[in-house]
Formats: sequence, structure tokens, C-alpha cells
Amino acid sequence: MPGRFGIFGGQYVPETVMNALIELEREFNAAIQDESFMEEYRYYLREYAGRPTPLYFAQNLTKKLGGARVYLKREDLNHTGAHKINNVLGQILLARRMGKRRVIAETGAGQHGVATATGAAMFGMQCEIFMGKEDVKRQALNVFRMRLLGARVHSVESGTGTLKDAVNEAIRDWVTRIEDTFYVIGSVVGPHPYPTMVREFQKVIGEEAKAQILEKEGRLPDYIIACVGGGSNAMGIFHPFYHDREVKLIGVEAAGLGLETGKHAATMAMGSVGVLHGMKTLLLQDSEGQIMPVHSISAGLDYPGVGPEHAYYKEIGRAEYVAVTDREAVEAFVELSRTEGIIPALESAHAVAYAMKLVPQLSKDKIVIVNLSGRGDKDVETVANLPEVEL
Amino acid sequence: MNRIDKAFNNLREKGSKALITYITAGDPDIDTTAELIVEMGKAGADIIELGIPYSDPLADGPVIQRASARALNKGIRIADIMNMARSVRRVTQVPLVYLVYYNSVFKYGIERFVKEAHDVGIDGIIIPDLPLEEKGEVFDITRQYGIHLIPLVAPTSHERIARIVENASGFVYCVSTTGVTGERDQIHTDIKAYMEEVSRYTSLPKAIGFGISKPDMARQFRDYCDGIIIGSAIVSLIEKASSKDEMLENIGQFIRNIKQALR
Repeated sequence: MPGRFGIFGGQYVPETVMNALIELEREFNAAIQDESFMEEYRYYLREYAGRPTPLYFAQNLTKKLGGARVYLKREDLNHTGAHKINNVLGQILLARRMGKRRVIAETGAGQHGVATATGAAMFGMQCEIFMGKEDVKRQALNVFRMRLLGARVHSVESGTGTLKDAVNEAIRDWVTRIEDTFYVIGSVVGPHPYPTMVREFQKVIGEEAKAQILEKEGRLPDYIIACVGGGSNAMGIFHPFYHDREVKLIGVEAAGLGLETGKHAATMAMGSVGVLHGMKTLLLQDSEGQIMPVHSISAGLDYPGVGPEHAYYKEIGRAEYVAVTDREAVEAFVELSRTEGIIPALESAHAVAYAMKLVPQLSKDKIVIVNLSGRGDKDVETVANLPEVEL
Repeated sequence: MNRIDKAFNNLREKGSKALITYITAGDPDIDTTAELIVEMGKAGADIIELGIPYSDPLADGPVIQRASARALNKGIRIADIMNMARSVRRVTQVPLVYLVYYNSVFKYGIERFVKEAHDVGIDGIIIPDLPLEEKGEVFDITRQYGIHLIPLVAPTSHERIARIVENASGFVYCVSTTGVTGERDQIHTDIKAYMEEVSRYTSLPKAIGFGISKPDMARQFRDYCDGIIIGSAIVSLIEKASSKDEMLENIGQFIRNIKQALR
């Protein structure tokens, strides 16, 4: 069935949006087979977003960890500071092709909101962003950036006031303005065709990484590590390696204060199958299907679900999913800053934290690529306010 | 015969239209829900929808979202709602329909949910986030238990209507406008043309819902449909009431006024 990854995926949405999804699927399929559309997409990736991003050999970190060779895929060097722009450029070009003048988006950490506001500004579109009130507070810098770019930011008060509720509110808005509005979803989540579409616009990360590692090392890596909230940066780098079975794919979730505390966002480790935001996937929920509050120090991982394709990768054993705590992520945040002069986003710091555990156990001839999904400017204040961090 | 079919047959014979009312189960508490069902039935509600509170009710506007949150804060469970429905069945035969988000049914167990609903006297189920593409896993089970899985159509459905109403039973829930639930001052959809479009594909009763809040709106639509659905306007009365007596009184009066407009 189209839009399914095993049992996961689907289109669990109100009837009002079904025609819009069908139209979107049709237009998307036509667009990605249209060489002029793809050429335009690649043009903006190259000339506007700044691709290709480097695959940087982290010499200092490699030396310090004393195991495998560590490479960083530098998505933090994209325009707007994260991988989110790859997907946004694709979807905004598609919106323009479909004649839409208004785009909406949800955002957690604000990186997707900033990317969408940026794309909307460049293409002269009206833009509204939905963001949980908790995230508006902890990501004030990104809220300011979105407003500066001309977007209207809605602070979502309902539910837990985080990313999940921002998605609900964006869907409600979309249902209401279905005729003139394009909903730019920020991760490999939501009803079909979004998980597939976002993956197609993000797979440039993995395609580049593959070509770059072959050039630098003459072979494929042994491990690829990426953080997983909804999972778009991870799917973007994983997917082009799907058939390369010797490459181990590792997704890193947020264990928050620890899996045993119940305050985490580790959907893969602790979730069960359910339906949220139009998709069947793994969710953090109670025995009656009520979605549970989640916690992560990084707003971008603070999501009780995960993209359906990741749930499928887990089920078939193609990828392994692990979790690291807030504390471990903060340590990695500081460590990468000190060692390599690169301040990672707290989301990306989860991937770095797991690499710091894994790499010392590996022999020196192994190769590990860590997807550095975004830069950490937005998180500096969060980390500075932690009592355990002394600068 | 299913109570929903019986209700529409009776109304048709009388040349009258159905008033379908919605409340959220457990708002403000489960005992009051039971009293409201009985009171609404006495005041003239022909079918009553009982919302099963959900953490992420994405088809609902703020009024019903708040009702859901109030009920969940009271710790309401599906078992409480089933027990309440069973006890209400001893005193009223008003048709009852669950409005429930798909994840609640899925996680509870589809067959378990439908069987228990049947056993306590529920006549229909509405799942607002289960379009025809996904209804397969539920439809056969509801049919087996003689419960109507009420299909929803929207003004954007057009050529999808034929497939949505195929094999359907009970009534067709015609969403009046794009958007979420909630009171509106005006509905811009051409309801006459929309209902004619739906009628081309089915002879099932058609009920219009989303945004209807006043007797004159009910009057405006009555000739084009077989029933109207009112939710947020009633839930607002629950939210605003300062005592249970005031709540029962206000809702009873509201329903009698609407019912008058439908005659």
C-alpha cells in the first residue's frame, strides 16, 4: 500500500484534508520526476543553502576518543543553521508550483520555523508558525528570528504547550484554510505523503556523505549516528545507505532525565504502536492511547512520536535506536565545543554523546560518521543556565 | 433494529428533523454526564453523541478541547464511560453514539472497544480521524456487532462521497465547512448544493454539523437535511454554568428552542 512502511504510516486525518493530501501526493510525484523542478531545487540548495556541506574529519575528537575515525557531516553549516532548510526549500518550491501563497509550519526548537520563515521571505509568501508556549519561552532567539523574517508566530497554549501541540494546532489551521494554505511539515512525520516527501528532500545529506566518504576513505563508513526526534536528519542520512547492509545505522533519542524517571522522549525504547498526527507509528502513550507528556532538554527532540519509516527500520532491524540523557548531551555539547571549536545544537549533541561512548570501543580502522544536524547558537542560553555547567 | 434507524424512521413519518447533540463524557464529571443525557433526551435530543476525551483532539476547536482536558484531569477512563452508558440505558432509549479518536479505539483494542460499546447499548461510532482509506480495520467489526460506523463527508469530498457512503449505515455526518468544531456566526458553504451532491450518492439520512449554534441557523438548514448536530454551543453552556441545576436548566431550554426551530 502506498504510504506504508510495513504496518506504519498511513493517512489518519479528518476527511476535510484528504483531497489536499491526494493532490499533494500527485503534485509531489510529478515534481520530483520533473527535471526542471529538481534542477531548481538543487540550484537553491547549492546557491542559497550552501550545499554541499563538508564531511569534516574531526581530528581532535578522534584523537581524544582513541578509537574509530570520526567524521562530522556539517549540516550546521547550512543557511539558517540546520538541515531543516533542505526540506523547506523542496516543500516551498512545491507550494509555489501548486500556486499556494500561504505557508504554515509547526516548530519545536525553532529551526524548522526559522527555515520556513526564511523560504517564505525569499519567495514572497505569507507565513505563520505554530510553536508550543513552552518552546516560545526556551527558544526566544529563534522566535525573534522568525518575526524578523516576517512570519507570524502563534504561541500554542493547548495540551502540553510543546511540539506535539504545535503540530495539532497547525493541522487545525490547515483544515480551516485548506484551499489556499500549504502545510510545510518539518520532519518525516504526519500523514502520507509527508514522511516520504520529507525523506526525499533530506536524502541529499546521505547522498553527499556517501560520495564524500568514498572520496576521502575509499570505502563506506562502519557506523552512521544521528539524533532522532521526528527523525528527518537521521532518515536523510540513513536512507541512501539502506541497501549497504554493512553500514550500521544508529538513531539516538532523548532519554531526558533517564528512561526510568518517565521524563524522556525515547519513543523507540519505551513506545508502543498507535496513531498520532495522521500516522501509525511508535508513540509514548498510556494504555488508553492518551499521549504522554515528554521531556528533553532539546526542544527539537521533545516529541512523543517518531517518523513511521524509523519505526519500520527498527522493526526489521535495519537501524538500531539508543537513547542518551540530557546530562550526556550537555557534556557532549561542551566537549565538541572545546575539542573541535564547533558548538552543536543540543539535538545533534545527543548523536555526539553516543559517538563518545561508542568510538572508544572501536578499533582505529573503523569509520564513524556523526550527522551534525544543526548548530548550537540557539541553545547557548539553555546550557548557560544549567547549574552544572560552569564557564 | 438499531435505535438510530428507528429514530430517523419515526422522524421521517412525522415530517420532522433530528436534533443530534454532543457532550464530552466526564465533563464536568461522569455522573453529571449521565444526568445530561437523560435531560437532553427529555428536552428533545433525538440522538446523543458522547465524546470520549482525548489528549490530542485535532478535529476539535477550543471549546471541545477544553472539555476533553477537564474530563482527563478528572482521570476519566474508557471503563467509566462504558459503565455510565450501561446505567443510562436503564432509564432512556435515546440513541447514543460515541465520538472517539482513532488512537483510543486502536490502543484499547478495536474488537474489545466495539464489543463493549455494543454490550452497554451504544448504537453508533464516529471516528473523525479515520477516512475511508483507513476504515477497513474497524468497519467489519462494527458491522458484525450491529453498530453503525458513521461516515463523515466534507465540502471538499466531492467525488470521494460515492466511496465514503458505500455500504455505510446510520446517517451521514456532513461537515458543514472546512475547519474544526466550534460555534460560527455564519456558514459560507452552499448547503443546498452540498446536500444535493451527497443525496446523489446515498439515501441515508444526512445530518449537518460543525458551527451550528442558534435556532435560526437550524431553521435555515432544516429543509436540506434530515438532522443537525450541535456540540460546542452545548459544551459552552456546561463550561459557563455556575451550578449543576443551572446547567441542566440552560441546556434543556437551549435544546427545546432548537427543537422548536426544526419543527
